[in-house]
Amino acid sequence: MIRVVDLQKRFGRQHVLKGVNLDIEAGKITTIIGGSGSGKTVLLKHLNALLLPDRGSVLVDDRDITRLGQTALNQVRRKFGVLFQGAALLDSMTIYDNVAFPLREIARLKETEVEKKVNEGLAQVGLAGAGYKFPAEVSGGMKKRAGLARALVVQPEIMLFDEPTTGLDPLLGKSIHQLIRQMHAAYKFTGVIVSHDIPEVFEISDRIAMLADGVIIEVGTTEEFLASENPMVRQFVHGDTEGPIAVL
Amino acid sequence: MTSFFGQIGRFAIHNTAGMGRTFLFLLSALAWAFRPPARFRLIVHHIRTIGVESLSVVILSGVFTGMVMGLQGYYSLRKFNAENFLGSAVALGILRELGPVLSAFMVTGRTGSAMAAELASMKVTEQIDALYSMAVNPIQYLVTPRIIAGLISMPLLTAIFDVVAIYGAYVVGVQLLGVSSGSYFSGMELSVVFKDVLSGFLKSVSFGLIITWICCYKGFNAPPMARGVGQATTESVVLCFVMILVWNYFMTSIML
Repeated sequence: MIRVVDLQKRFGRQHVLKGVNLDIEAGKITTIIGGSGSGKTVLLKHLNALLLPDRGSVLVDDRDITRLGQTALNQVRRKFGVLFQGAALLDSMTIYDNVAFPLREIARLKETEVEKKVNEGLAQVGLAGAGYKFPAEVSGGMKKRAGLARALVVQPEIMLFDEPTTGLDPLLGKSIHQLIRQMHAAYKFTGVIVSHDIPEVFEISDRIAMLADGVIIEVGTTEEFLASENPMVRQFVHGDTEGPIAVL
Repeated sequence: MTSFFGQIGRFAIHNTAGMGRTFLFLLSALAWAFRPPARFRLIVHHIRTIGVESLSVVILSGVFTGMVMGLQGYYSLRKFNAENFLGSAVALGILRELGPVLSAFMVTGRTGSAMAAELASMKVTEQIDALYSMAVNPIQYLVTPRIIAGLISMPLLTAIFDVVAIYGAYVVGVQLLGVSSGSYFSGMELSVVFKDVLSGFLKSVSFGLIITWICCYKGFNAPPMARGVGQATTESVVLCFVMILVWNYFMTSIML
């Protein structure tokens, strides 16, 4: 369970998060939606303390991770897997070595075990046999799948997905969504997805939260969310250019 | 008027804070060198990229620096009928000053800029964030091995530069211009003392630290945009050159 309490973040004069409150339920997939530049990724990066807030707290299993020292924070971070927007694969390494990286660096497994787990992980995401390639040699979709394999290989309790389908065509996007669903069914992780891939992302989400003007304006199950009377939510979900959200 | 002084104040605070962050970055990288896990493979890898891959450019610049010194030294010394001091003049100049400084310049241009660009690119593409999120400290993984490799590689490269430059001057002075081979080497033997070699060695070690520290810091703190990569590369090379020259002056004044 992750609890975000009164989270505030400024970058210079730009007040991005103005007091975000959000409960992320364990074992479920929560999707945070919102317009471009609304601060979704900033909020996501606070969940494993890649960014620290100016005010407020992020509680992971009742521990405020914004106030932890480096060692304690690293222990908490080991609960997390992250799929970054561009996959963030280490480009000096092959895909195999990228997936093996957390097993060698953190889990410190023997090479025979690493090989077994990496091959399993790559097969799960449909990249069996592609491990020898470097990130620069594969497509965007393959990078995302490799990033997913790297994040999941240590079987994290919590998975963070930063716009997992951005830059992919609709079919590839759908395959990534299906993969997230399959992996969620297999590993039972708590998932947090940041996306504006509407309505596709609703199919894989248990709960939806919408971020606008630096605060969470609506949160609920997918059904509750779709039935929301909030005009900002309705405008965003239906893709209307006219309404309370200024488009241009 | 208030706004003028305000701007000066902001400029001073901004730069002082920047210097503080730069030193804290170095302290953090050095502290991580003494904490497990030891990353021998990465250190060896970076010795290859900083040392071995800079070898050709260091040798080439060493040869021509030595040849120019042989040529200029010969014509200057001939005015005083002192051509026989060519060996000692070349050796002292190269061991104490030109060897460490020029090889540091070559490594900055060849490897330091690439280092800054690589780390900046990793920053822009969130690879550094990925390391943090995997509970791997990026300073320990990316910076500390480079600094250790720089400390090991620079004195070795400088030594190679020194030897090659001395032989470059030998080719011009002795083989082409007719200075006696015996006086070239015996003059060198008589005038060069251990302190001269030590001075060059300490300079090269400190330049190794400056190059890796500055280039890693600039790359690590590049603005997270495509332009940030170019900016980090340019700033790191310029700052390294300036710091090498300034630090060289202080080292020379201390070790004379």
